[in-house]
Amino acid sequence: MDGNLNALTTVFTEFYYWVTVVFMFLIHVGFCMYEVGASRRRNHMHTLMKNVMVIPLVTVTFFFFGWWIYWAFPMFPFFGGLDHEMANANRPWAETMAPNLDDRITGVFWAAFLLFSWTAASIVSGSVIERIRSSALWVHAVLIGSVWWIIDAAWGWHYGGWMVQYLGYHDAYASGVIHAIAGGYALGVIWVLGPRLGKFAPDGTPRDIPPHNPWMLTIGLFLIYTGFWGFYAACNVPVISPEAIGGEITGTTWTATNIYLAPTSLSGITFNFLMSLSGGLMAAYLVSKGDAFWTFSGGLAGIITASAGNDLYHPVQAMIIAAIGVVIVYNLHFWVERRFKLDDAVGAVAVHGYAGVVGLVIAGFVLWGAPSSPFEGYATINPVGQILGAAIMFVGLGFLPAYIVARLQKAAGVLRIPEEVELEGLDYAEHTAYEEAKASIIEADKAHLAQKTMPAE
Amino acid sequence: MSTIGYESWAVDLAEVGPIYPFQGWEIAMVIVGVLFWLGWHRIQFKRESEHLERAKRRARDHADIMSNIERY
Repeated sequence: MDGNLNALTTVFTEFYYWVTVVFMFLIHVGFCMYEVGASRRRNHMHTLMKNVMVIPLVTVTFFFFGWWIYWAFPMFPFFGGLDHEMANANRPWAETMAPNLDDRITGVFWAAFLLFSWTAASIVSGSVIERIRSSALWVHAVLIGSVWWIIDAAWGWHYGGWMVQYLGYHDAYASGVIHAIAGGYALGVIWVLGPRLGKFAPDGTPRDIPPHNPWMLTIGLFLIYTGFWGFYAACNVPVISPEAIGGEITGTTWTATNIYLAPTSLSGITFNFLMSLSGGLMAAYLVSKGDAFWTFSGGLAGIITASAGNDLYHPVQAMIIAAIGVVIVYNLHFWVERRFKLDDAVGAVAVHGYAGVVGLVIAGFVLWGAPSSPFEGYATINPVGQILGAAIMFVGLGFLPAYIVARLQKAAGVLRIPEEVELEGLDYAEHTAYEEAKASIIEADKAHLAQKTMPAE
Repeated sequence: MSTIGYESWAVDLAEVGPIYPFQGWEIAMVIVGVLFWLGWHRIQFKRESEHLERAKRRARDHADIMSNIERY
């Protein structure tokens, strides 16, 4: 860190990403609360444990190979080989992957990406509650969190990714690279997994399985909203000079940029975050006729729909795009549920997957012709590139791998819990020690009361 | 052609102002936004009135009302 300005910039950037990580932790807390609130009482602990263990499993695998994939895969395998020059500094045994006074950014940047990985895995976790085996879900968590999403990030969320260079793919706040892929992945799993017992009547009519605790579900969603502030900030580079970017930008004006190193501002994305949240909430309230679950989730779906272009949209555009997305997503969810008899327990495929896809497509039209990157020779943003990008995210890297792995798990008999256990409830089936301890201490207290205390007159 | 007015970032950022799409249409966009907001109120007022009317008719069962009062 030569010079005071360099030192300040480095330490500011280090602290900036560190704060985003703390905020993003709330996304996972929110997902846990949401899932527990949505599950029935007999499945609480299992539901919570299933999502909590995503944290260590994705963290260690993201350290071992996920982070390396991001730096090695921007052109691999279709348009070039592995980028060893960039990737070598991000191998788990590299000196920069540890406390090192020559590098104060890798750790916080790694962590910011890691929290996105948790989110991707947690999105899948919500849709499969109350009937998947934890062992099966945790394999999927590692695959989506430390393999598939980070491949899509290397291709479409990296300043040198082939999708950015050749398709003009633009996805500033991860409509596709997190939400479309995770929604597509969740769809692939629930397609094979099947619905919860009782979800569909014998004539195929879907039954609502209401959350046991709507307040917990609400607070969970609000925590996700809060964590999204960190998510948005983490998608930016907070301050960088044109010289450091090394692209076509001239002059000496420093700027914040998106992940592609193209200029934007924290102020601009703050407008758009709040306006897209509002557009989503308003549209969801109307389209769901005031249903609390869908209204609150619609706020999130609104943000996700506008996220692809929220670095550049006007705030009114962000609001309208969010509203349009929510109307499509809501109707598509119920159409798919009726048509294919799919049980997406928390609406994750819709809120994340469909919203992400719709957001990418809309961005292709609204931002048509805008530069996707500050580097020379890159394709500009266009509808065809965005539609192809949406298909790659939702289907190619999301649905297909999930479907194949879930089929293998099903064939091996390790995907779904036994029917008897599903009816009894996973907490009683797996955590009998708790119930036995509870019964034992209640019995002891009663016995003590009977011996020592006289009833009141 | 670019909707944001820039086809490349080969510019001096000191000379760049707005970067959103369809610059010059701000007033029209705000009008669309205001119509969305007012339309939302219109639809919500109407729906809530209909909902409360249905709820009033349903609430005439004395036993149900007593039960809800007991639930606090």
